[in-house]
Amino acid sequence: MTDISAFDHSKEARFGDYVALLKPRVMSLVVFTAMVGLLVAPVPVHPFVAFTAILFIALGGGASGALNMWYDADIDAVMRRTRSRPVPSGRVGAGEALGVGLGLSGLSVMMLSLAGNVFAGLFLAFTIFFYAVVYTIWLKRRTPQNIVIGGAAGAFPPMIGWAVATGGIAPESLAMFALVFLWTPPHFWSLALFMKEDYSNAGVPMLTVTHGRPATRRHILAYALVLAPVALATAFTSIGGPLYLAVSIALNLAFVVGAFRLLRRDEVVAEADGYRAEKRFFRFSLAYLFGHFTALLAEAALHSFNLGGW
Amino acid sequence: MAITRDHELHTRRFGRNLGLGLLLAALVVLVFGLTIAKVERGDPMQAYDHQPRVDLLPSEPGK
Repeated sequence: MTDISAFDHSKEARFGDYVALLKPRVMSLVVFTAMVGLLVAPVPVHPFVAFTAILFIALGGGASGALNMWYDADIDAVMRRTRSRPVPSGRVGAGEALGVGLGLSGLSVMMLSLAGNVFAGLFLAFTIFFYAVVYTIWLKRRTPQNIVIGGAAGAFPPMIGWAVATGGIAPESLAMFALVFLWTPPHFWSLALFMKEDYSNAGVPMLTVTHGRPATRRHILAYALVLAPVALATAFTSIGGPLYLAVSIALNLAFVVGAFRLLRRDEVVAEADGYRAEKRFFRFSLAYLFGHFTALLAEAALHSFNLGGW
Repeated sequence: MAITRDHELHTRRFGRNLGLGLLLAALVVLVFGLTIAKVERGDPMQAYDHQPRVDLLPSEPGK
């Protein structure tokens, strides 16, 4: 007979640890952008079907997060920001994370295919593959372009939302993709600027590690400048309108000015004030994306009252 | 011998079991709701038992 108290259960996983495997904060971005993609599409979707579809898109995103935590357990253990995650802290086994990731991937793809359509389901499967395999396994440890290409995975959800409603791809859904895709690098590079030694300790070739901080600041500005016309051009598609244009002009001006400000700072100044401008730019980048998608949603709402649009 | 007192382990695992149970119940509700939503919308439905499948019925001449 085995004495149950002979085992150490202090590190046993709680339900919340399995939820943490799904990266709930990343999931909230996926939920919001997918919801906007679905609601701005020209084809109305039954509210319950829409709810279910968004839920399973989010679950698919969570599944890819679990797969990422399975593969990256070794570098997560080194980085201060990630060392308390369930796998590196020992509360959830790596094999368990893999099982949860694969199981939820299958469930979410199947359920999205049934709730929405097969195209949307396959698109979600491709997104999970892109994040877990292309980004996490192939790119993350090899190239400083990791988050540039890997950013596509985070940019697909609004396209999947659009695909749930329409069953396909359109210039409008590509515009939403481009917005998130080009926003991702400056967002993460500003984080890498004030996360100091984390990435270099873990051996992840972030731009700050391979090309240095001044080069990273130049890249942030370059992407902000490329992002602005793309964000503004979306105003002239069928999902845009004057309200979106006004919001986009204001947000892009502030984004480019913020990026210029980062470029003019050096490490001595940044270190002296505790990376205040970098942290502010990072926080603003979240508001930037949220603002654009909220404006698209507002345009769609105005459309239903025969207002909005051009 | 019957277990008369919960070990501390059981109380700790209760949260996990309850969470999983509620998730499974939510999945059942979700699938049921989805079915109702799709049937109400009039999506073409074909069952594999107790009713003829539309695809397999011989087409009537002139139709």
